[in-house]
Order: sequence, then structure tokens, then C-alpha cells
Amino acid sequence: MKNEMTKSYEQINAKIESGKAVVLTAEEIIEYVERKGLEAAAKEVDVVTTATFGPMCSSGCFLNFGHSTPKMRISEAWLDDVPAYCGIAAVDVFLGATQLRQGDPANLYYPGEFRYGGGHVIEKLVAGEKVQLFGLSYGTDDYPRREIRTWLTIQELNQAVMVNPRNCYQNYNVAINRSDRPIYTYLGLIKPQMQNLSYCSAGQLSPLLNDPLYETIGIGSKVWLAGAQGHVYSEGTQHNPTCERGRGEVPTEGAGTLALTGNMKEMKAEFVRGVSLIGYGVSLALGVGIPIPILTPDILRRTTIRDQDILAPVIDYAHDYPQKTGKVVCHLSYAELKKGEVEIKGKKVRTGSMSSYSKALEIANLLKDEIKRGNFLLSRPYQPLPRKQSMGALKIVDQNAREVRT
Amino acid sequence: MTTKKLMLYFPKSETEKPLVYHLVKDYNLVINIFRAKVTPEEYGYLVLDVTGTEEDIRQGMEFVRTFDVQVDEAQKGVRWDEQICTSCGNCIPHCPTEALHIPDRGTMKVVFDSDLCVECLSCISNCPYGACSSIF
Repeated sequence: MKNEMTKSYEQINAKIESGKAVVLTAEEIIEYVERKGLEAAAKEVDVVTTATFGPMCSSGCFLNFGHSTPKMRISEAWLDDVPAYCGIAAVDVFLGATQLRQGDPANLYYPGEFRYGGGHVIEKLVAGEKVQLFGLSYGTDDYPRREIRTWLTIQELNQAVMVNPRNCYQNYNVAINRSDRPIYTYLGLIKPQMQNLSYCSAGQLSPLLNDPLYETIGIGSKVWLAGAQGHVYSEGTQHNPTCERGRGEVPTEGAGTLALTGNMKEMKAEFVRGVSLIGYGVSLALGVGIPIPILTPDILRRTTIRDQDILAPVIDYAHDYPQKTGKVVCHLSYAELKKGEVEIKGKKVRTGSMSSYSKALEIANLLKDEIKRGNFLLSRPYQPLPRKQSMGALKIVDQNAREVRT
Repeated sequence: MTTKKLMLYFPKSETEKPLVYHLVKDYNLVINIFRAKVTPEEYGYLVLDVTGTEEDIRQGMEFVRTFDVQVDEAQKGVRWDEQICTSCGNCIPHCPTEALHIPDRGTMKVVFDSDLCVECLSCISNCPYGACSSIF
């Protein structure tokens, strides 16, 4: 009875098209279901919107510049002095979020500042600003040009398609530092002796925490990617569904990931932001919203997850993370993390975050409004995300496949 | 007694007079210097809190002005750009005085109270988006 189909994708989309869909954010739904009861709410509510905003390093974009006269088969390219990958067709390149600008001293003068990189170029493109292209080639009979320098905007590109192999980590580590020196990580500066910690998840708003068993979010699902209507094109890299799970099958560590794509020309710059992490590198922060169709009461129940019920593993990034010891200091809920101060092993620790809950909330509401206005239809995944695989490690072996101890 | 946050700009030449000494000794002011750059042959600055009676502060500032030192009460040495800030909250544990803080833990929006800022500059190096900057 409980898992009986309440609605179909077709019924939900018909309601969206007629402007009558009942849509709530993953925050609003908690109180709503408490008040109305699960069964009644499942009949009424059509869609719950989830969202997240934070650095997502495994992001980038394919760009097509169009052909110059005479033509050029670009073999090396720089956008605003940031190298782009050219090992594809003549005027196609891939620009990655974590690519440093040519000549950046990185961590030579530790900790490096990492002021500008691929993520910043992507932000500039989305904002409609001019970007400098410099390209080199060895020249061929059909593509004789060997050098190009020009300035372009996203409007002049034939295609600018964001293709992100890993976004929306289902859950994430909390970084602390139990050593005696400060450490610079992708979760920011972590001060010695557990003075502060850093976490990175939208918790109760986060897409895959509201659909922990991937019942609705799958390959082919439509997503709101920084304002564009994009979709899930694959499981994300390092997708690890067989992780530790707590109450309600909710993962208590990294777990599932999504590979997302969307048209960069339709994106909004406020949700595509270049990131500079002192002592670590550059990245790209992205806003993602994912609608969850309320097909059954069970699906609805899972969207009522609260911060207090989602646990994240606290890991020592000075030793246990880099050395892969697998040790977890403790688990903390997002309700505790969001308070600003927690206690670990009797010590008060101030909390900071890399993920913006405030932006996630804004995105969940924007997506809700788009669906209510009939501008965003849902799509049924054509293939579910894998549920059985796990994440492998990289072995270091010699030519005879014998393991090498380093 | 009141406390005022002031910014003093020094002309190229005025670095030889012990101004702070006189402010303490002659005008009974309590001085807390946050940031200073006073170098011969260059423009310099002092960002400080002065505590004293309104009258002593007024007279003290009149005194420093006689050396061509500009006194600015409105200017802030550290700026926070709300448009650039994403409210991620990475700065929060690095701000020693809670000038950057999250007043509402429901919406998790970051706000900046410049009166509390002691210009330690840790927000500048830690902000992933460059929302904080220094005018010097």
C-alpha cells in the first residue's frame, strides 16, 4: 500500500504544463509532511526541489570557436592565458575548471594564492565578458594557419557546453587538522590542533541526500545547471553507492555522484563562480538544482530528511586523508555543523563551510518558481544510477604487475 | 568615554614626530593600532581605535592635522562586497572578532559588521571568491 504509485511522470508534467503543479523546496517539505501526514501530502505534492552550491572541481566545458580565414587546426590554445586541451577536432577545445593560468607559481611560494584559472575563465565567459584566445598549430595543407590571437565572447562561439564528470557528491567529508601546523586544502585553511573544521554539503537541501537510493535521479534526469536546463549524462566519476549508510539508507560518507551537462549560453554568472583556494589551487563553484517527482509516498518520505539526521565523517586532513588510513575521528550531523561551533574530543571547534546553504536555498526556490510557471518539465531517467559498484584504488605496480611499496 | 575607529594618512615627510606618544601623553587617549605603514619618503597610514572623551579625541585629531596628517573617520580599511560573497561561510572560523558572522542560522547568510573588524586580513586570503579586499 505504502509504495503504491501515486503519480506518473506524465501526470506530473501535465500539471506543470497547466501551471497547477504543487511544488515545495526540500526545506519546506519537512514541515509540510509533518502537518499533513505522508499519505495525504504524497497525493498533493508533485515535485520537491533540491539544490546545492559549492566548488565542483570535476567541471569544465567544450568550446567551438568556428573557423578563421585561412583555417587553423589548433594544437595548443590558451584562454586568458589558461591552457585548454586541444587533442580533439580543429577548433574544439576543452577547458577544465582546475587548470592554472600559464606561469602561475602554484605552491612555489607556499601557500600559493592561485588567483586565476579555468574556473575564472568559465565565469567570465558566462558573464558575457571578452576572453582572449591564443592558439598555435604546426600547420597542414588543409589548415595552413599556425598562430592566432583574438578576443571573443560566449555569444560568438558556436557551442559552449559545460560537461562535468563529477558534481553533486551525495555527502562529504568534514576536514579537521590534528597536527601542529596549518594545512591548506580544497576545504580551505584548516588550523592546527582542531581550531576549526570545514564541511561541504547543502545537507537537507542536497539533491542525492533527498533521493538516497537514486529512485528518481538517474541518467537522463533533467537538472537545473546554473540556470540552464541540463541533464545527468552518466554516473559521476567515483560513484560509490555501496558506501556506509545510516538511518533511512542515507550515506554517511561521499557515496553517489552525478555527471552533468548543460548549455553554458543559458547559464547565469552568479551561479558559475571561479574559486581560488589558498595553498591548494583553482576551481569552479556551481549551483545545481534537481527536481524530485513525488511518484510514491516513499519517495516523498525520503525528501523529508533533516540536517539533524544526516551525518558526515570528520577526517584528519593532516594525516588520515592524505595517507588513506581510513580513520574517521567521529561523525557530526549537519544540524550541529551549521551551528557554528561543535565539540570534538572535549575541544570546542569553530565550523566553516565551502558549500553555500544560502545559495542552495535560493536555487531551490528559483527552480520551484520555474516549475510552477510551467517552464521546467521533468524527465524520466532512461537508466538508473548503478547501485552495486564500489570505488577502486590505484595500485602502484612494476612492469611485471608486482606491487611496489613506496 | 567613546571609541572611534580612525584612519590617518601621512604625507611623505611626516614620519619623525612621535604622534602616537603625544596622543597618549598629552591627550589621554587609549590607542589600539590595527595596521600601520609609516615609512620615510612614502605615503603612510595608521588604522587605529582611539578611546577617550569626545573632547580629547577632537583635540588630539586637531593636533595630528597640524602635521598635514589626514584623519578619516568614514573610511574602512577592509571591504566586503556583498555582491561577490556567496555566503559559503568559509571565512567564519577565520574571523577572530566575528565581524563576519551568520546572524540567522536558518538562512545561513553571511554579513559583515565593519565596526568589529580589526583588519587582521585573514578573510582576504581565505575567501575563495575575493569578496574581501583591503584599500591598502
